[in-house]
Amino acid sequence: MIRLEKRRMPSQVWTWAAPVVAVLATMVAGGAVFAALGKDPLVAIRTIFWDPLFSEFAFYYRPQLMIKGAPLVLIAIGLSLGFRAGIWNIGAEGQYIMGALAGAGVALAAYPLEAAWLFPAMVIAGALGGWAWAMIPGLLKVTLGTNEILVSLMLVYVAEKILAAMALGLMKNPDGFGFPGSRNLQQYPSATSWIDQAAGLHWGVAAAFIAVIAAYVLLSRHVLGFQIRLAGQAPRAARFAGVNTARLVLFCLGTSGALAGMAGLFEVAGPSGVVSIDFNAGYGFTAIIVAFLGRLHPLGILLAGGLMALTYVGGDMAQANLQLPKAAIQLFQGMMLFFLLAVDVFTNFRLRINLRGAA
Amino acid sequence: MKIAKLLATAAMVLGMATAAIAQDKTKVGFVYVGPVGDGGWTYEHDKARQAVVAKFGDKVETVFVESVPEGPDAERVMTQMALEGADLIFTTSFGYMDPTINVAAKFPKVKFEHATGYKRADNVSTYSARFYEGRAVQGHIAGKMTKSNIIGYIGSYPIPEVIQGINSAYIHAKKVNPNVQFKIVWAFTWFDPAKEADAAKVLIEQGADVILQHTDSTAPQAAAKAAGNVITFGQASDMSEYAPLPRVSSIIDNWAPYYIARVQAVMDGSWTSTDTWDGIGPGMVGIGEISDAVPADVKAEALAMADALAKGTYHPFTGPLNKQDGSVWLKAGEKADDGTLLGLNFYVEGIEGEIPK
Repeated sequence: MIRLEKRRMPSQVWTWAAPVVAVLATMVAGGAVFAALGKDPLVAIRTIFWDPLFSEFAFYYRPQLMIKGAPLVLIAIGLSLGFRAGIWNIGAEGQYIMGALAGAGVALAAYPLEAAWLFPAMVIAGALGGWAWAMIPGLLKVTLGTNEILVSLMLVYVAEKILAAMALGLMKNPDGFGFPGSRNLQQYPSATSWIDQAAGLHWGVAAAFIAVIAAYVLLSRHVLGFQIRLAGQAPRAARFAGVNTARLVLFCLGTSGALAGMAGLFEVAGPSGVVSIDFNAGYGFTAIIVAFLGRLHPLGILLAGGLMALTYVGGDMAQANLQLPKAAIQLFQGMMLFFLLAVDVFTNFRLRINLRGAA
Repeated sequence: MKIAKLLATAAMVLGMATAAIAQDKTKVGFVYVGPVGDGGWTYEHDKARQAVVAKFGDKVETVFVESVPEGPDAERVMTQMALEGADLIFTTSFGYMDPTINVAAKFPKVKFEHATGYKRADNVSTYSARFYEGRAVQGHIAGKMTKSNIIGYIGSYPIPEVIQGINSAYIHAKKVNPNVQFKIVWAFTWFDPAKEADAAKVLIEQGADVILQHTDSTAPQAAAKAAGNVITFGQASDMSEYAPLPRVSSIIDNWAPYYIARVQAVMDGSWTSTDTWDGIGPGMVGIGEISDAVPADVKAEALAMADALAKGTYHPFTGPLNKQDGSVWLKAGEKADDGTLLGLNFYVEGIEGEIPK
């Protein structure tokens, strides 16, 4: 008889072993899928995990990992604060869009002015845009007690409509022959977030690293970090300890919104360049996976963001070089979260195998 | 800066290397916006890729990546193909325009072909098809066939290519049926079966008994089939699995002749940057078989129109035509010029509703 026994304390070992086991299990199960598709599983796994880092053209792919990973890490850091406190912001995708629109709006309004203050102003506008969008579910929750999961998620679709309206109307490139999409901010020196394009360095990458450090300090050194952890682990105890729940909700949603908004701004002013109808590529949702894969820990998120970026970059390489279908790659990415959730059981439960049958 | 130089050097070395081995094998890359099994747009591009393989056999190697988002991911996929030695890369969606131009600037020896865009460079050609010619034929059939006089239209994005199609279909439906009315739903996607099916259902509920689509999946066909008494047209691909009803005809994008010609040009070293916009005549736009659900006289008229379009004796946008606001667009006998069509951003008189802004 096999049964699960609840641990008195979550296992420290399994907390950190679970993601590693999940990744290994994904490789095995994914390899089996690739083999079933008639591809050499070892070559496929190597193409996804090894080639972007160490193959002949790794000098190009390594910077690409930073470009792909930076928004994921930046958003996931913000989300992790709320997730730790039991505040579920599922709408980072919408905050990402609104941040990009607010920041790009500043640049497009200033065009063609060249000024040193422009980019900082865009970053602030981007953060405010994301923050304001996250404040909607935040304020509704603290005043009316609505569910922030539903409200923040629904606002993603509202943000997508606003994005489409902007790309087709107000922000449309006047020199674009009527085609939708804004001016390309990559070609606007004062507004671009690129530092060195070939090195994969833009301000979003820098911001992601800063956010990791800041979140680490906040959670381990600051009383607010203590309150966040307490609110998540023992909500009643937190109230007795004098934690202001409403303030915490607004702080967590506001911070995650601002970071998502900044991520959107850095993306639209750099790698993407254009406010287009489907500018958002799902970073806000993928970041949720990254946050959990990283154990809601800043350093873990940094690693998880890198890993996720690897599966994207490597996945595209596997498509081109091995002709693996896109669906197989997506399946592979999905399996990672699936296995993580499955393996996570061992963090809170102990496996008891009783060979003598029922006691 | 060091890495920038490295990239440039690698590109140069590769350029020379690929030039050296070009005699035995030409490598051609394809970047797709949807899955190859979408049954529409991407499916036809991939069929053309297969035609290239069938034509050149061992002399060509093709690679493709499907469902590439329009943005930085596209740029990475193109760069990857160029790094791995592609000689020619087809980027098959409007949204790949800026990424194509960016990557092309880094790899001057690699040739690029961008579908439906307007930015070119020494190593970037553009190509598109005059889909609106096919829409004229569809409009004629739709106007004759509708009983409710309501024709539903699923738009993808309000870009000139799509607006040309709406106008062309409307003009020719109106010509044969003065009571016809167009209802337009914008899906804001090229490929999303769920959204497309919803759009089709909404239109059918509003009384439409003809559905035209400018999106790539067969979901509207399935929705029409389920509703019954609704006719549709295949988009981008023949979608003949829905014939004879609801699908009564189709617009087929036939990229194969163009792709084969461009690959041949790269092999010969005769490739130059060009701007191609072909219609029914050169075979880039095909009219799928008109099914028996269409009365014989309507079918004959439709075929005659397709023939006139192919020969160039008839232009779908021939005056007198007014803009939606009633002002004159084309005087009697005047034909729309390509420049206006490529930037088309207004409806013709009679279409209700506004182009999303």
